[in-house]
Parts: sequence; structure tokens; C-alpha cells
Amino acid sequence: MVRYIGMRLLLAVGVLWAAYTVTFVILFMVPGDPISAMAAGGMDSGTVSPEQLDAMRAEYGFDQPLPVQYGQYLFAALQGDLGTSVQTGQPVTTAIGQVLWPTVELSIAALVVAVIFGGAIALIATYTNLRWLRETLLAIPPLAISLPTFWIGLLLIQWFSFSWNIFPAMGNDGFSALVLPAITLGLPISALVAQVLAKSLQEAAIDPYVTTARAKGISRIRVHLGHVLRNATLPSLTMVGLIAGNLLAGSVIVETVFSRQGVGQLTVQSVTMQDLPVVQGVVVFGAVVFIAANLIVDLLLPVADPRVTVGRSYA
Amino acid sequence: MLPGLAPKRKTQLMTDHTSRFPSSRLRIPTAGLLIGSLSLVAACGGNGGGAAGNGGPVGDPEPGGTLSFAVGSDDGCIDPQQTGSNDSIYPSRQLVDSLTDQDPETGEIAPWLAEEWEINDDATEYTFTLREGVTFADGTPLDAEVVAANLDRATELGSRGHITLSYIEGYEETEVIDDQTFTVRFEEPSAQFLQATSTHALGILHPDSVELSDDERCESVEGSGPFVLESYTPDSSITMTAREGYDWGSEVWDNQGEPYVDGIEFTIVPESGVRAGSLQSGQVDVIGNIAPQDLPQLESANAQILPRTNPGMPFGLGLNQEEELFQDEAVREAISLGIDREEIVNTAYTEDTPASTSVVASTTPDHVDLSEYLQHDPDAAREVLEDAGWELGDDEVYERDGERLEFTILWFDNAPTNAPTLELIQQQLNSTGFDVSLEEGQVAEFGTRVAESSFDIIWRNATRADADILRTSYGPSSPYLIEDEELFETLRELSAEPDPDARAEIAAEAQEQVVSQYYTVPVVDLTTTLASRAEVHGVRFDSGSRVYLNDVWIEESAQ
Repeated sequence: MVRYIGMRLLLAVGVLWAAYTVTFVILFMVPGDPISAMAAGGMDSGTVSPEQLDAMRAEYGFDQPLPVQYGQYLFAALQGDLGTSVQTGQPVTTAIGQVLWPTVELSIAALVVAVIFGGAIALIATYTNLRWLRETLLAIPPLAISLPTFWIGLLLIQWFSFSWNIFPAMGNDGFSALVLPAITLGLPISALVAQVLAKSLQEAAIDPYVTTARAKGISRIRVHLGHVLRNATLPSLTMVGLIAGNLLAGSVIVETVFSRQGVGQLTVQSVTMQDLPVVQGVVVFGAVVFIAANLIVDLLLPVADPRVTVGRSYA
Repeated sequence: MLPGLAPKRKTQLMTDHTSRFPSSRLRIPTAGLLIGSLSLVAACGGNGGGAAGNGGPVGDPEPGGTLSFAVGSDDGCIDPQQTGSNDSIYPSRQLVDSLTDQDPETGEIAPWLAEEWEINDDATEYTFTLREGVTFADGTPLDAEVVAANLDRATELGSRGHITLSYIEGYEETEVIDDQTFTVRFEEPSAQFLQATSTHALGILHPDSVELSDDERCESVEGSGPFVLESYTPDSSITMTAREGYDWGSEVWDNQGEPYVDGIEFTIVPESGVRAGSLQSGQVDVIGNIAPQDLPQLESANAQILPRTNPGMPFGLGLNQEEELFQDEAVREAISLGIDREEIVNTAYTEDTPASTSVVASTTPDHVDLSEYLQHDPDAAREVLEDAGWELGDDEVYERDGERLEFTILWFDNAPTNAPTLELIQQQLNSTGFDVSLEEGQVAEFGTRVAESSFDIIWRNATRADADILRTSYGPSSPYLIEDEELFETLRELSAEPDPDARAEIAAEAQEQVVSQYYTVPVVDLTTTLASRAEVHGVRFDSGSRVYLNDVWIEESAQ
């Protein structure tokens, strides 16, 4: 077990390094740099001479050969220093730290939405004897997953904020400002949950123990919720890594549409301004979240299901 | 709104909108931010700039309430000396006062912190006399020493301060004569400096703020302005409260005393549709950066639409004079004759946007109407080309000595109107006998491409409410690499002439010299559009099409 965890951690470091390196190469291959982006601020340009631009590049080390820059950045990153934002002069870790909580808050709320909606659809669709209801419910997830997030967001704002004035359309203030963004972000994920859960519920429902349980006189609903659901939850657990990725990616759009502070908006801002250290930092952060989520799930699986053992297949 | 025009424009926009729906929507985060920075371009607009948006007769100002103002982006900096985009200038402008102010309608410079000033004959020495009794919120007086410290420190600003830096180019020193009097000296004539003192970029900061590092100043600054910064959360919100005891407002404003509202809350709302909807539903009072497609909706909701054309260099085509093709005057003139400005304005812009009539926009002081040079006449364009030896080839493109009349226009997605405009220009020129390609550049490389003149033709603009824009745009350091000693001589005279009337004459001459040579082909005078709720009054454009909010008041029923 210890050996397994060690291997997984080593693998995680490798994945992180790869993510870091690929981002670095891509970012530095893109034309333009943060200095010109900053000097173009407002496009009232033409007043900054090429010499001035060069001097500023030197100030931030952007004039060094790429391998040297890469080495410097990587060395600092190993010590937990992700560099300094060109735009604000803030350490990147601080910049991410400052906006982390709103995104975590939003992700948790979206997860709750996803589990409630997704779980309900899957449970009802597999429990009901009404064919039309089942087929209608099962048609919802593919539909919901194909709806663009920004469109759902704008629609919700239009109705619940602009027309009926129930929730605010923007901001980070309090629970009411969290409702619409959480639904927007949670909806596509609930579709994912519904799809996978419904499938495993259907499979678990024809297992022999269900017949046994029914024969013992346990009611259908109790079998469904008490036995079938417990067995069917496991495959859904493996999706946690995927969901974490979706939450992060979705936050970029949701935070923009709802004018919320957060990691997503930081990403948009830093990409626009080509604030390379921040973009790099956000990518590394995303990789860490993704890796951690997957690792935790893998380690938890044996706890949730004694039939699963870890280690051999990997080692 | 002209009833005849409106439906046509609406259809056009909707067609465009539908066909590009998914991709254009997804690009909104970026586009929104870019527009923000771009909007720098935007300056005071069509209404001439005074107190804009007073629909009908309104009563006396009713004090109270907090003004909620939604903008599209955030520069990440609240220091007026280091912000470049309109969306960030709106808030930072409210925190500081400037030495002078500029009347947006006449372009005249008016007293503000400085009661009077004198300029020597070659515009190298400016002596200002400050008004007495101006203080910062903690009681520190704003005196000559403070101004000197501000100017000295401004020369050390980093790249974020490039606008400020360009305004004090050639700065030598500030000599403090007494508490209220000081002289600013330049190494070379700098007639533009007087107008520069009226801008946000030379707003005066508290001596403590002056001493902070560039980055620290971005997080929080203190000025003597009508509003005091309460809190700033990057990419999210900026709140400020009215300064108690403020009574040194600019003479251009209606209200020189304390602001009518208790405070202002700026919210950053990147999505233009969300800004428009929030205004309609009363969640915010004023919004910036109106997209053309949101206009009909806002008008039908009785919002006040506040347009103002940006002064400075209009959006147009800058021709790189190092390219042999553009050294041919016939080619330059034919490009201008091939462009139908009216069609462009009617298709891609709001109805308040005018077609360009000179190489500076109509709201720029000293602008002269030279539209006789800027007519649309494709037949004349062909004639000019044929007289210069160009012949129409089999593929409907002109050729001369084996050389085809082809070039690439570099443009940036920094305004939502750019894409449709450039597509139209391409169509118009191609039907005249050119072979035009379009290259969309990364916004982040804009600065480099301009500074290094790496383009055949570039589509751009720049905001400045002073004729000095002629020197920076078309002078010896112009990105178009113009070589025209006669023109440069005129521009030198321009920067050395402090007398407003004499300067206007020189500016008119310079405009004609640039227009008649077609070094640049101006197309549209970009117009900034804001909107406010019907119950909000007194939103006032400054000469650069940014806003003053000291005159703003909210009807009591809506506070």
C-alpha cells in the first residue's frame, strides 16, 4: 500500500512536470508578450519605443534565452514560488490564493446541484414503471450536456434576475448570488452523474441479490435505495476526477457570465493580458487539483468497496 | 434615432449575430476585456460632451444614494497615472483632481487646481498658480511641493504608466517658487503639456501615495478628488465614498462642491448582455461599453443612451511608407477613394458614430473638416491608378510591370466592430481592383507590431483630446515611417506654439498635409457609448470621453 502510494505520488510529480513544461513551451511560442500587452494598454500605443519595450523585457527577464527562462522558472517553482504577475506585481500564489475561496464555494454548490439533480433523475428513471417517464428522463442528460454553459447562464439571468428579480445577476455577495452560477455550473455535471448512475443502477437492478431481497419481502423502494443504489454508486465515484476538471473549466465561463471573482476569471484576465506567470500558475493549479482528486478516489475505492484492491495492477 | 435607418441597421446586426453566435459568444470573456482596454479609444462623444444624457427637463438635484456603475473590465490598477483603459479610468478619475480641465465642447483649457498659468514663448516653461485651501482627506494640503513630487515621480513610472510618460516627455524639472506657485521646465518645446495637465494621467496624488512603488499604487491611491477610495477588489469591484468638504471642483462642472451621491460602487461585469440587462432591471445605474446589439433593447427600456465620439486619431488604415507600393501616391489615393465610409458606418456601427472627416476625429480640438479629400468614388480610383500606369489584369486586379496591387491589412479584435468593418473594406477595395488580404493579430502583440512597424497596412486608432495627436501619430516617430520634411516642420511648429489660436492654424495645416498625401486613410470616428437609468442625471463626459461623476444625482424615488 505504501509502495503503491509512493508510485502514485511519483507519477503525479511526473504529470505535473509535464503539464508545467508543455504550458511553458506553448505560452512562449505564442506571438506577443506580457510587456507589449501592457504597453498596448488601451491601445493608445505608438508612444512606447522599441528600446523602452526591450528595457522592460529585460526588467522581467523576458529577454533571456528560452531554456534559461525555463530553468529559472522551474527552479523557483520547485521551491513553491510560481513567479510574479507582470500585470499586478503580485506573487502568483497570492493571486490564486486570493480568488480560490469563491471558486471552491461555487464548485461545492455546483456539486450539490449536480448530485441532487443527477441523482434524482437516475433514481426516478430506473425506479419508475412508466415507460414514457423513464425515456423522457433518460433523454435529459444528453440534452443537458449539449447545452453550452454560457447559454444556460444567460437564460437563467434573463429569467430569474432581469425578469423576476429573484436573484442578482452578478457578484460574489452571499448565498443568493451563488444560486444561479451554481445551477449553471452544476447542470452539465448533473447530466454526467445522471448518465453514469442510471446505467449502473440498471445493471445493478438485475443482479441476483435483488431478487433475493425482494423474495425476502423487502419493498421495492427499499431495495432500490438501500441495496441497488449502494452498489451502483461506486462507478460514479470514479468520475470525481473528471468532475473536478469540469468544475474548474466551467468556472471560466460561469464566472465571466456572472461577473464573479474566482480562479476562472483570473484565468481569463491573465490569458488576455498574456500574463505568462499567472497563466502558468493557473495551469499548474488545475493539474494539482486533477491529480489530487484522482489519487484520493483511487485510495478511497478499496474503503468503499472491499472487493477492490489496489497496488498489483499498477506496480 | 432616425426612424428610417434603425430597422435596416437592426437587421444587419442580427444577421451577423446569428451567424456568428456560438463562436462570438464563447469569445466574449476575451473580447470583453479587450474592448475594455480598447475603449481607451473611446472619448467624449456625439453630444459634444457636456452633461450628457439629460433626456427632458428635470428638477433640482436630489442628494443621496449610491451610484452603481458596471464596467466591462479591470486593468488591475486603480492608480490614474498608470491606467490605460476607459473601464479603469472611469473609477480612478474620480479619486484625483488635475491642474486644469478641458471643456469638452470647445476644447478650451479651464482652471481646476491651478487658478492661472503662464507659458513662455517656446512652450518650454509652464508656471502654475494653485488655488488655496485644497486638501487631501487626511488634511494634508495640496501645494506646489506635492505637485513637484508627483511630476518627478511620474518620470520613473514603468510600462503601465506609458500614457503619463508620453505626456511628460522631455521633462526637466519642477521649480517650487512658493506654496502656491511652481514652474515646470522641459528640455524641448512641449505645447501639448497644458492639455495633458487636464487628463487623468496627470491627476495629483497624496505625497504618501507618490512614494509607494508602482505596484503598491495600483492597489490603493489617495487623491484630493471628489471621491475617496474605500476598497478595491481586482476584477470584481471598486467602492468609493464622497469626500466631505470637497469644494474645489473644475469650472467645467455644474457642481463644484461635494458630490450629490453618497458614494459609487463600480462593478466589473464582463458580459455586455449582462450589463445591459442589469441596467434594465435596475440592478445598476450606469453601464459602460454598450455593444451595438444591446442598443435597441436599452432604448426600448427607456434608458438614456450617452454617446460621445473619441477625440484623437480615428479608426483608419495606416500605410507603411517603407513599402514601395505605398510610396506611390496614386495607390494611396485610390485606396481612400475605394472606401465607402457611409456604408461602413451604417452597417457596423451605432447611429451616433460619424464617418471620419479628417485625420483627427471630429471631437479633437482644432479639427478641420477635410471631407472633400475623403470621398467615395471607385471610378475616380480606377482613373487615378490607370493614370499612374496600372492596368487591370485578367483576374480583375490591377498590375504594373508584373507587380500586382495586393497587400495585407493587419487588424486586432479590440473592438467588436472591427471584424465587420474590415470585411467590408476588403470587399469594397477588391471590387475596385485591389487584392486585399486580412490578418488578425493577437491583441497582446499590438504594441510590438506598432512599435516595430511590422505591417503593410494597420487598422488602429488612438485617443487624445489635443492636436498633439498629429505629432505622435504622423510625426518622425510615427509607426507609418512617414518621411516628409515639410510635414515634420509643421509638426515641430505645432509643439512649440503655446498660443491656442496660432496653434489651431498650424494644426489645420498639418491635417491638410497628412490628408492630402493619404499617408493614412481615416474611416470612422469611434464613439464611446454609455447608458444610464432614466432616473439618473448628470453623467458628464470629459474631453477624452471618460466620465466625471460629481454632477451625478439619482431621483429620490430610485435611490
